[in-house]
Amino acid sequence: MKRIATALSIAMLLAFSAQAAWSQTLQTVKQRGQLICGANGTLAGFGLPDPQGNWTGFDVDFCRAVAAAIFNDPSKVKFVPLTTANRFTALQSGEIDVLSRNTTWTMSRDTTLGLDFTGVTFFDGQGFIVHKALKVSSALELNGASVCVQQGTTTELNLADYFRSHNMQLKSVTFATADEAVKAYDSGRCDSYTTDSSGLYGERLRLANPNDNIVLPEIISKEPLGPVVRQGDDTWEDLVRWTHQAMLDAEELGVTKSNVDEQLKSANPEVRRLLGVEGQFGQSIGLTNDWAYRIVKHIGNYGESFERNVGQGSPLKIARGLNSLWTKGGLQYGIPVR
Amino acid sequence: MTAAVRPQNYTVRAGRIALQVLLAVVVGGLIYGAFVNAADNLARAHIASGFHFWNNSAGFDISQTLIAYSASTSTFGRAFWVGLLNTLVVAGLGIVLATLLGFTIGIARLSRNWLVARLAGGYVESIRNIPLLLQLLFWYNAVLKTLPELRSSIALPTGGFLNNRGLFLPRPVFAPGLIAVVAALVIGIIAAVALHIWARRRRERTGAPAPVGWWSAASIVGLPLAAFALAGFPLTFEMPQMSRFNVIGGLEILPEFAALALALSVYTAAFIAEVVRAGILAVSPGQTEAAQALGLRSGATLRLVVVPQAMRVIVPPLTSQYLNLIKNSSLAVAIGYPDLVQVFAGSVLNITGQAVEVIAITMAVYLTISLVTSLLMNLYGRMTAVVER
Repeated sequence: MKRIATALSIAMLLAFSAQAAWSQTLQTVKQRGQLICGANGTLAGFGLPDPQGNWTGFDVDFCRAVAAAIFNDPSKVKFVPLTTANRFTALQSGEIDVLSRNTTWTMSRDTTLGLDFTGVTFFDGQGFIVHKALKVSSALELNGASVCVQQGTTTELNLADYFRSHNMQLKSVTFATADEAVKAYDSGRCDSYTTDSSGLYGERLRLANPNDNIVLPEIISKEPLGPVVRQGDDTWEDLVRWTHQAMLDAEELGVTKSNVDEQLKSANPEVRRLLGVEGQFGQSIGLTNDWAYRIVKHIGNYGESFERNVGQGSPLKIARGLNSLWTKGGLQYGIPVR
Repeated sequence: MTAAVRPQNYTVRAGRIALQVLLAVVVGGLIYGAFVNAADNLARAHIASGFHFWNNSAGFDISQTLIAYSASTSTFGRAFWVGLLNTLVVAGLGIVLATLLGFTIGIARLSRNWLVARLAGGYVESIRNIPLLLQLLFWYNAVLKTLPELRSSIALPTGGFLNNRGLFLPRPVFAPGLIAVVAALVIGIIAAVALHIWARRRRERTGAPAPVGWWSAASIVGLPLAAFALAGFPLTFEMPQMSRFNVIGGLEILPEFAALALALSVYTAAFIAEVVRAGILAVSPGQTEAAQALGLRSGATLRLVVVPQAMRVIVPPLTSQYLNLIKNSSLAVAIGYPDLVQVFAGSVLNITGQAVEVIAITMAVYLTISLVTSLLMNLYGRMTAVVER
């Protein structure tokens, strides 16, 4: 009888425990001494551990920038590799603090999941890669083709939309992970593989014969990729948003990893505000006033991170394109720090 | 006081009943409270909940659909039924193949032929000890790697193609006159069964054998054929055509389907073989000796004496193996076969983001399938139970 009563009361406690409010993420991270970041784990250029086990990539660098802003140490991050199946649930449940995993910003994801997107770190679009032997030069010639795609992504939906709107027949073969989809494409199971075009260049490097495959010129969708946080924690959301903005502002103002120490002595008021020489902007997001200085010192500005991970300094060699600064005709626009 | 004894004291009995009612109320309250709590937390975190996603447009394509489905007009509910049908088809085929193979291997392991027995034993020991996921990946890669590319498909004599995109066969297209053929087939089967019952009664009564094998075969095959001819051959075939990228038309059997069915059958057959062997060994050896004393050969002994008695022991663990096979079919996610988990708990879950509802529905479906299967098997088990005199 006593055992039954104990078991029942424990069960009742578990069933009725209320979920803690999520407004204390920054305090939790500071107490833990480490940022927990959801990453891809298999996408070259964006989130991939190197052979020594160190994580590298564009999205990885963003998380390191957040950690640098908080702890002045970009290594205080733990990366959790996530699949498309569990990336949102991991964030909703509190397993990770921020999701930086080439995730497309859409209305349904922004409004129905209890999550918020903090900006677009990478403007991307969906493309196709086909075997050269098929002698296809445009996506409009793919009527009746089989296409390998990863399940549960905007890619899957855009693919069906594109083929339907052009009255083409589609045979899609869906897989749980991008790895399996690429392997099936490589083995000849499908004629084409589709994903964000930044991912296409990365995946092409992993094919058996990269030169036997070409990326088709059509970009069939908008894929604005950006970091995601939980709703309900405005300070944390601001912090993540302004990490990205600080990197953009730094590139606009010409502040780089190598010259940031000299820039501390700059007379330009915008630089002085950004690097914390003037103003109290760091405190408004729960950080010290040299938060942006820390980011640029450890990670560099937006352009440096881009070129190092996915641009000319990497095997992917993706052009800046839409991700250039607005002053150069692109879409990346830094909001002023003032 | 033993728990099985019913107390005659009414006060004590009322007390026990009251305790059980109280427990039921508490458990029911817990479950209800858990639901309300979950709904509350979801609402507080601004996560959409409810089941109205069922009627929203799906928007994604599925590679194998046994019912009509289109990416543009079908709903998530429709996608659910497509996935469920795919699961049932592969599980059904897997059960049939696994049973046939399992019984064969199980009986082979008891064979007096040393080589056959050792081969069967080797099969069981090796297949049982390798994880199913690895076997599934092996079959999928073996199937894909050995089949030729599309450009060099094997052209089948019946007019189909075999390549690493699948097996393409001519699809039968039925005209309205088919009803007569189906009716004739049903009549033929009933006639054959009636003939067999009449023959058995006659043999039991008079001892004279009545060879009705050919007559029943003629009625099952001949009657439908006659109806077919009379209705004017209402059957055309849609031939698969090779096009630029794929084979268009015809009946398509995906390599994922074949790999999954093979892997499930081979794996579960190893377990069923052991169950069958246990059942046969459980039949007292006196039965075999008596049958041999009556002059029955070993095949007839097995068929008429041993296996019917062994079924009593075989059916309960066989039910477990069938349930395992049905649940293992969810590994389809690893190779891209669009079963219920892949379509519903994969694509639909990711697109709608409503993990709680989708997983709850998926679990309820698997629970229902398993309960129905074990119900049917228990009914069958009751039919094969030994009736003690």
